[in-house]
Amino acid sequence: MRHRHKGRKLNRTTSHRKALLRNMVTALLDLEQIETTDAKAKELRSITERMITLGKRGEDDLSARRQALRVIRSKKIVAKLFNELGPRYADRPGGYTRIVKVENRRGDGAHLSIIAMVKEPVTFKDMKHKRAMLEEEAKLREASERKVEEEPVETPEDVEAVEVEEAAAEEAAVEEATADKGEAVADEPEAPADEKPEKKED
Amino acid sequence: MAVPKRKSSKTRGRKRRTHEKAARPSLSVCPSCGEAKLPHRMCPHCGTYNGREIVAEEKKENE
Repeated sequence: MRHRHKGRKLNRTTSHRKALLRNMVTALLDLEQIETTDAKAKELRSITERMITLGKRGEDDLSARRQALRVIRSKKIVAKLFNELGPRYADRPGGYTRIVKVENRRGDGAHLSIIAMVKEPVTFKDMKHKRAMLEEEAKLREASERKVEEEPVETPEDVEAVEVEEAAAEEAAVEEATADKGEAVADEPEAPADEKPEKKED
Repeated sequence: MAVPKRKSSKTRGRKRRTHEKAARPSLSVCPSCGEAKLPHRMCPHCGTYNGREIVAEEKKENE
């Protein structure tokens, strides 16, 4: 069972793996786009996203800066993280990287991917989670308001009742074989524009 | 120890091996250039995936 076994070992010892991933985060934040194997890209994603989140805490957050320096190998890249990447992703609720699979590597057939920093502006879809929360709030608010205004709900029924009465009146008029009355009743609900041409014909 | 009573003939062995075939790669058509590509993968011909350019054309030719 692989319960509670998080992450990939990437066929490396702990120190080797840690060193590799540190090098890779530094490279990705520097170059914005790198090509690696699927497995490494997926491991890298989580670390990179964590770094960006640190970068969003602001230039003045010394604690965040030191935490980033523990992973990223270059002060230059850390500076970029806080000065450039943090502000760039300020509005994006996570998902700063994108992994796209590429053709397998010639030679060993390894599954390759390109992992890149997302550069597109934040869309409505990216905010899906936040939006869902807002909609939930709106629903609750609407439900509490509905209890207050129950009167408007009855109006459609009233309109229907009036229509039924009119129809009954029409039928009765036809049965009496008094065509004029039937027309008069039928014309009533219609617009006055229809009555004018009739008068001209008369 | 159990042992085969007869040598299996050339025909018999070959008949058995008719099922050993290389799988045909499942391909899809790239929506931007129309070339065949592997599904869920960037198109190696035009360097796009889901309408986005991933790899610039010039860089691709150098590879």
